[in-house]
Amino acid sequence: MKLRLLPYLSSVACAVVVASGCATTASNPKDPFEGFNRAMFAVNEGLDVAIVKPLAQGYDTVAPLPVKVVVGNFFGNLWDVWTALNNLLQGKPGDAASDVGRVLVNSTVGIGGAFDVAGELGLTKHSEEFGQTLAVWGVGDGPYFYWPLIGPRTTRDTFGWLVDTYYDPVWRVDDMALRNSLVATRYIDLRATLLPSDKVIEEAAFDKYNYIRDAYLQHRRNEVFDGDPPRVPLDD
Amino acid sequence: MVIHRASPWTIRSAPWTEDFAGRGRSWLGANNVLSPAWILLMKYFVSLLLGLLVMLSSALAQESAPDALVRKVTDDVLTIVRQDKEIQSGNTRKAMELVDSKVLPYFNFQRMTALAVGRDWSKATPEQKKRLAEEFKTLLVRTYSNALTSYKNQTISYKPTKMQAADTDVLVRTEVVQPGSKPVQLDYALEKQGDSWKVYDVIVAGVSLVTNYRDTFNQEVRNNGIDGLIQMLGNRNKQLEAGKK
Repeated sequence: MKLRLLPYLSSVACAVVVASGCATTASNPKDPFEGFNRAMFAVNEGLDVAIVKPLAQGYDTVAPLPVKVVVGNFFGNLWDVWTALNNLLQGKPGDAASDVGRVLVNSTVGIGGAFDVAGELGLTKHSEEFGQTLAVWGVGDGPYFYWPLIGPRTTRDTFGWLVDTYYDPVWRVDDMALRNSLVATRYIDLRATLLPSDKVIEEAAFDKYNYIRDAYLQHRRNEVFDGDPPRVPLDD
Repeated sequence: MVIHRASPWTIRSAPWTEDFAGRGRSWLGANNVLSPAWILLMKYFVSLLLGLLVMLSSALAQESAPDALVRKVTDDVLTIVRQDKEIQSGNTRKAMELVDSKVLPYFNFQRMTALAVGRDWSKATPEQKKRLAEEFKTLLVRTYSNALTSYKNQTISYKPTKMQAADTDVLVRTEVVQPGSKPVQLDYALEKQGDSWKVYDVIVAGVSLVTNYRDTFNQEVRNNGIDGLIQMLGNRNKQLEAGKK
């Protein structure tokens, strides 16, 4: 699964893109495959309405807040290992050391990552993955894509995501049943944290596809610059 | 919400007043409050206090700049939301009233609309600009109010503001902290107009609520002109208004 995923996904992507590429009426230069993306967006919305969102809502209603906090912390702690490595790859040894400190503290005092003790101690959680590392190394965004289940990714971040998934400790769990339930729990928990923004986006957006794309691109730029991007003059 | 400490001058009674008005017991050991040593000390004390007050007020004047404004408005709004069960249970109308009275005075909607529309703004007549700003304001107030109704137990932490004395355009950075997930960055861009600061952009997790509309608005103006855009905004507002209480 892990090793075979990459060539498989990218070849599918290429095939679909070639098939739909010329038929689109792209209006945004960053989104040349808008036709394909809108189709995938529709698929994803369908899946979300039918399966993912109801599950997330159920989880959100049933699980008390402390449980959700523990679930979020647990998966966050596993990811912090990867965050540390990416901070190192991005030439930020200070942040990387802080991330290692987080993992050590939270895995022990924080009982296997259930509690973010390190956060209370002032070791701030960072948000890093391989897509950002590639960006810091100078890789540009490339065309924007919307993938089913995975959601929006630029070309660079799609490759970043594949590398993330390859090294993801959750995907590396040997016991298939356990691995699948962990992946599913993490996915549903993540979706549940996004529930409050659903209504806001629904009402604020005229074209949900556009709104999400533009928000994603702005958000990624912000992440690559660690929350402090150079301000662009807004008037044009 | 970061609990901000009461400012020094709100302490109900300062120790020295207690000493003075009280039984004349002082740390000088003199029972007579009019003893020369006491008067001398009081003079010194008063001048010290005055000096301190001058220092503090100038510090306050500096702080009453953008970051203090954002902090005050945020505190005011969240204090109300925390106590209002109706807003917490999703009463958007009530949240909108709150935003109208507490937040709107500090926002510059003309500028926000201009930024959302981009270069087409200059093509609009003054009348069109007025109507555009009015409709966009209604939409943004609803978005902002909706976000308020999903408030649970988040706290706001304020980051230091990078600012020079002469700056007229400043980004005030805050974070919405919630247990179990990463803090969400919430920044406000403010601009100085005369003596007062006004917010012209709200940026959530790096996403500007204003410029995120630019692509959509440009497209609408391209297809149906400025009036088309006004109509699109107006229709959405009416539809949302009809959809809920």
